[in-house]
Parts: sequence; C-alpha cells; structure tokens
Amino acid sequence: MPVNRLAGILWSLLFLAVPVLGVATFAVAPAFDIWLPADVSEHGKAIDGLFYFILALTGVVFVGTEIALFWFLWKYDAAKATGPATYVHGNHTLEVVWTIIPAATLLFLAIYQMNTWADVKMRRPPMSPSVEVVARQFEWRLRYPGRDGTLGTPDDLFLVNDLHVPVDEDFLVQLKSMDVLHSFFLPNLRIKQDAVPGMKIPVWFKATETGQFDIVCAELCGWGHYKMKGRVTIESREDFDRWLESQYAKQEATQPEPDPATAVASN
Amino acid sequence: MSTITTPAAVHHEPTVSAPAPHQASFLSTYVFSKDHKVIGLQFLFSTLVWFLIGGLLALAVRWQIAWPWSDVPVLGKLFAQEGGQMAPEFYTMLFTMHATVMIFLVIIPILAGAFGNFLIPLMIGADDMAFPTLNMLSYWFMWPAFIAFGASFFVEGGAASSGWTSYPTLSTNIASSPGAGWGQTLWLLGLTMVGVSSMLGSVNYMTTIILMRAPGMTMFRLPMTIWAMFITAVLQAFALPVLTAAGFMQLADRTLGTGFFSPEGNIVNNWMQATGGGQPLLWQHLFWFYSHPAVYIMILPAMGMVSDILTTFARKPLFGYRPMVYSIAGIAGLGFIVWGHHMFMSGMNPALGITFMVSTMMIALPSAVKTFNWLGTIWGGRVQFTTAMLFSLSFVSMFIIGGLSGIFMAATPVDIFIHDTYFIVAHFHYVLFAGTAMGVFSGIYYWFPKMFGRTMNEFWGKVHFFLTFLFMNGTFFTMHILGAVGFPRRLADAYHYETFHHLQPLNAFMTWCAIGMVATQAIFAANFFWSMFFGPIAGRNPWRSNTLEWTAPSPPGHGNFDFQPVVHRGPYEYSVPGVEKDHLMQTDPPNAAATAALAAAH
Repeated sequence: MPVNRLAGILWSLLFLAVPVLGVATFAVAPAFDIWLPADVSEHGKAIDGLFYFILALTGVVFVGTEIALFWFLWKYDAAKATGPATYVHGNHTLEVVWTIIPAATLLFLAIYQMNTWADVKMRRPPMSPSVEVVARQFEWRLRYPGRDGTLGTPDDLFLVNDLHVPVDEDFLVQLKSMDVLHSFFLPNLRIKQDAVPGMKIPVWFKATETGQFDIVCAELCGWGHYKMKGRVTIESREDFDRWLESQYAKQEATQPEPDPATAVASN
Repeated sequence: MSTITTPAAVHHEPTVSAPAPHQASFLSTYVFSKDHKVIGLQFLFSTLVWFLIGGLLALAVRWQIAWPWSDVPVLGKLFAQEGGQMAPEFYTMLFTMHATVMIFLVIIPILAGAFGNFLIPLMIGADDMAFPTLNMLSYWFMWPAFIAFGASFFVEGGAASSGWTSYPTLSTNIASSPGAGWGQTLWLLGLTMVGVSSMLGSVNYMTTIILMRAPGMTMFRLPMTIWAMFITAVLQAFALPVLTAAGFMQLADRTLGTGFFSPEGNIVNNWMQATGGGQPLLWQHLFWFYSHPAVYIMILPAMGMVSDILTTFARKPLFGYRPMVYSIAGIAGLGFIVWGHHMFMSGMNPALGITFMVSTMMIALPSAVKTFNWLGTIWGGRVQFTTAMLFSLSFVSMFIIGGLSGIFMAATPVDIFIHDTYFIVAHFHYVLFAGTAMGVFSGIYYWFPKMFGRTMNEFWGKVHFFLTFLFMNGTFFTMHILGAVGFPRRLADAYHYETFHHLQPLNAFMTWCAIGMVATQAIFAANFFWSMFFGPIAGRNPWRSNTLEWTAPSPPGHGNFDFQPVVHRGPYEYSVPGVEKDHLMQTDPPNAAATAALAAAH
C-alpha cells in the first residue's frame, strides 16, 4: 500500500475516533457516577427529560455529521480516488433542505421547552415567602418567618447555611444579596438563580424526596467563592415543624428580642 | 491597460522581492512600519507570546483544580505566599487573567490584527491598507494594553480577579477582593486600549475591502476569508462603542464616585459605595451587547480561513459560496439580539429570557448551514492531508461539537442546571480553542510560506497536530460530563461538596492532558522558528491555490504585487473540466473551456 494511502487511512480513522470515543464517554460516565445528580424536585423531571431529549437529538446529528466527515475523508483521499475532483459549486435543493429541516427542529425545540421554563421561573405559586435567603461573602443567611408566618416581624428565625424544607409542599424563597452577585444553586433540586444586590428575586420548588443535599454558590463572588457552602435538609412536615420549634427555642434562649433592623441588614 | 503585465507571464518569474520604492530605516521598516504585512506579523508575534502566557495561566488553573492546595511545582516559589501552594484569591486572579489574555490579547488580535492585516490587501489585490498610519496605530495601541494587563500582576492586590466578565459589584467595589483595587482599574484601561486598537483596525478593513479591490474583484468574487474579515469589522464597529462606554462607566464608578452599577448603599466587606441608585444588571446587558457579537468576532475569521484552506486541499470549489456568505451575515445580524442568553439566571425578567432563547436557537441555523457546506466541499474532492488541511478538518469536526453543545445552554430550562458549570466551559473551549485556535494553526501552516517565503516542516507539523488533537479532546471533552454533574466553574476547591467529592481523579486526568497540550506547542514553536530560517523555499504558490496572494512574491515586497492583478473569476475554480492544470487562479486569463464548464455547472 502506498505510504500516502496509509496516511490517509490513519487520518480518516482519527476523525472516526471522534464520534466513537465521544459517544463512549457519555455511555460510560454514568457507570462512574459522573452524571446528573439525583433529582429530588417536581420540576426536575421536565428539565432532565429535556436534557436527555437534546442529548439524543444532538447525539444523532453529531454521529451523523462526524461519520460523514470520516467517510468523505476515507473515500475522497487523493491517494485513493482517481481522476479529477467533482466540479460542483453547490446545490440549491440541498441548501433549502438543510436550512429548513434544522430551522424547523430548532423552532420546535424552542417552543417545546417554553412551558417548563414558565413553570420554573414565571408561574410563581400564590403564597407568601417560606424563607428569605440573603447571600453575602461567603455565606447564606436564612430568615424564616416566625410563628406569625410573616417575614420582617420581630419573631423571625435567623440561621446560616442550614436550609430546611418540608417535602411535597410548594416552597417559595425570597432571594437577596447583601454585597456582590451570588448564585443560589441547588444541584439536586435543579434550581439556580443569581442573587443580585438591590433586587428581590422569587425562587420556588417542590421537593419530592427527603434527604440532605448541597447548596452551592454558582456566581463568582470573591476569593472565598469556593467555600460558600450550605446544606438543604428536606424532611417531612412533622420533622420540619419539630426542627423549627427547636430552632425557635434555641434562638429565644440566646437572643430574647431579635431586632430585624440590626440582625440582618436588608437591602 | 497597456501597462498591465499579464499575470501568466509573471507567475513563473523567480523574482523574490518587488522593487523597493524608497530607502527606509530599520525603525520605520520593522518597528513603526506602515506596511500591512509587517504590522500583521507584529500582531502575530505579540499574540503568540501572549498565547504562551495565557496557556501557562491555564495550566496553573488546572493544577489547582486537579490537586487543590498542593504545592505548585517550579512556579510555586515565584508567586506563592506560603510554602508552594496558591491562595484562593490567587486562583481567582488566574482564571480571570487566563480568559482576559486569551480573548483580548490573543484570539481577537490574532484573527483581525495578524491575519486580517496580512491577508486583506494581498487577497483583494491592493498594495496596502487604505489608511497605513491608522493601521500602524492600531498595533501600537495594543502596547498600552499589554503593559496595563502585564503590570497589573505586579500591583498591590494583584491583577483583576472578578472574572473576565467583570460583573459589578464585585468589580466596582474596591474592597470586594484583593484584585478589585489597582488590578481592576488597569484591567479596564487595558480593555479600553484593546477596543481603540480594534476600532482603528475595523474602519481600516471596511474601507480597504470596499474601495481597494483589484479590477474585476467584485464582492462575490472575494474569498471567504475576506468576507469573514469584512463582516467581523462591521461587527466590531457597531458593538465596540457600547463596551468602551460601559468600561468608562465602570471606571467612573470606581474612581469618580458615580453609581451606574451599584444599588443604593451597597456595602461589600465593610466598604460602602459612595453613591448608588444603579443596577448591577445594567453592566451585564452592556457588556454582553458587545461580548456576544465578540464571540462571533472570535470565530468568523477562522471560519473564513478554514473555508479557503478546505477548498485548496480538497481541490474542489467551495460548496454553496453564496449560502456561506449569507450565513456569515446571518450570524452577524442575529449576533446582536442574542446577548441575553448569558443572563438567563441573572435575575433578568424571565419573559425576556424566552425572547432570547428563541433568537439563540435560530442562530444555530447559519452555523449548521456552514457545517453542511464544509462537508459538501469535501465530498467528491481529492483530499490532500497536509498539516494545514488536518487543522482545518479538525476545526470542522470540533466546531460540530461546540455548536451542538450550545443548544443545551440555549434551552433555558436545561440552562438552569448547567449554567456556570463545566458544561459551558466545555462549550466555549470547543468553539474557541478546538475551533478558532485550530483555524489559527491551520492558517499559520497555510500562509507561512507567504509570510516568510519558506514552508514549515510537514512531518513535525503533523506530529504537532496529532498530539494537540489528542490532548485537546482529553482536556475538553471530559468537561461535558463534569458539567452534567453540575460541577461549577471558578471554584478553587469543589471537593468538599458531597455532590462533587468524587470528581478529583477525572480532573487530574484532564490536567495531565492540558500539560501535554501545552508541552506539545514546543514542537510548533521549534518548527515555526526553524522553518523561518531553514525551511525549504516555497515559491509563489506552493499549495497551487487560486487566490490573489499566491500570485505575489513570497514574501511580497513593499507594495505587494509586481504587476497589476486583474481578476477574471471567483476564488474557488479547482478541478475545472477541460482545463489542464487542476486549478485556475483568479488572475489567469479568461479560458474558453472554463467558461463553458462554469456555464454547464449552473
């Protein structure tokens, strides 16, 4: 076999390795637990479903185009193909076809996802905030409405980095920032929202399983960004109420009259 | 027309340099030169040096991600505060400056500054740029930027560390982080100077391409490289003023006590902003109004160059020339109305997010059309696996990945989970490194003979390609699955989170690949400098290409052409039936067989 052809074969195979190893990486990753973390939210199923749908769609296009590239390199290698190249400047029908099909697909994708987006970010449940989360360098300050169920009253409960959420109930967070941008990222609840100084942003979800999970800051907020870590505990209504009572007891023991004006500088 | 030498007679002349019209001093020839080729090479050398610096910054970032808080080998002694480990604020500075250097001092100036300068007059058949002095200034305005960014590493508190996006109030409040002092101010000044340089280049490129084309060079006979440079220049001209204005507003917030980007009474780290009433999101809108078009400024020229290189080494006309031009224009037009997709999680009205989601989905369309046309170009060709071709092919192969992964982020609900994770880091490295940088390497191997009169070594070029391709995918492809876990970017140490604690071995693997990738570039550097002096003499047209620059001497002398080029056809007439040689240059005299073949093909 001439050296040039051998080189052509090897280079073509290198480009074939792209889709082969690409698909293999995604296929093997879940076995090593390098994959979407467990979802414990009601809306997460729609997000994950959309992720898998786009993964399948782009996967097909990826494999198809990469294999076409490999095949053309293999077949039209100058060391293999004889005679001159095909003299052609394009094809009007092909251009129309490969414009309209992706356009329709992308438009479908755009419309298909709107409802999920609206559910997560626009259709706010009609309720008062379950908790106020105030981000600051480098912690999550939490403020539960006291026994009166209203935020901003003297009986509010103050905590840091330790969010508790009742399972199977709508939960509404009022998100604020005291200083710089932060992002309230709950990987297992498929929630992410930047906290912006000067803004009050509502965030809501319904947890479906109990357990303890991470709260991560996902927007650069300074040198200690990496350690701005919180935990969210999802528990039954009874456990949640019991926990809330114990926290009140603790707070009242140490801090008889919490004054909202000084306890948390509110923007 | 009697003074016009017929190009055919000139092609085989062995003359190496055009007659120099006047004697010039060393200083005006090589330093303060107004010759577009010298300026182009000045941009090339400067940006390659910064490319190395940016790469080393990336390695330091990767070191911390793979082995957090462990002693940094060799370099640790240089910068570490105690022992050899890096502090978290140092890590924050590293990734800020890695992105800043790569975007503002490498990608944008190497595409527009180096290739744009060198190629535009040569490929349109002009003797120089329309405004040579302006052109010289566009290079020298980069130096205040080099100095500002370079010096910022050595000022108190270190260089900027609020990310390359510089989001307020982290960037505006001087107490927010150590780098938010002088480092951030120098960063803004440097950015402004890069903007001035780009703007001077931009008006020059537009004027030159519109007014100085050779006789017969109609707009639809321009090579794709020039179309891409032209549309990039238009993008720069319309988008840059917004960034410059925003930069001055941030500078005023920091130094004059204005409050464009800070709300009333904003206190960070016990430091209160003097005035308020502003909006942190305003900066994001202004910044991305430039920086999203800038994403296309960072890839369109590479797309153009790759289109030209693919046709040369497939020996075939470009598939769908006009659709290719229209899709670049489409990308540029839509590029102005998609900036909000960087802000889906920012607190911007979610209803506005839907608008930006739809426009973002639609901008995938022209990219898809371009990819299909590149595949159509290779189909039925006679592929020659030169180093330049391999890099161009890898551009196509990798751009497919980078383009498709963008759809995940465009889907707003999915973006909730993957926003600011390694999924987006994978995406833009596939577009900008695996895409643009491959296009740049391809362009260097391809036009090196025109720049220096000699060809680069093909064997070592292929070794360079193979290892870069391997290590690049090892580093960046794995970022996709890291992103699928939700692994956040910009964290100095993420392993104390339960969700991410098991990801260290994967990150170590990626860092080893990154080290391999940077080390591989030594092969490129050696080949580059060795070939500059000892490579085989190239002659005018070593690749048997069609475009005008290959009719000029290698390297072209002052004034470029030793004859007046007259253009008779488009740039991609390869393998024309009935024509003896397999390519017809744009200057080759009209050919009856070619005219017949062209008529038959349409």
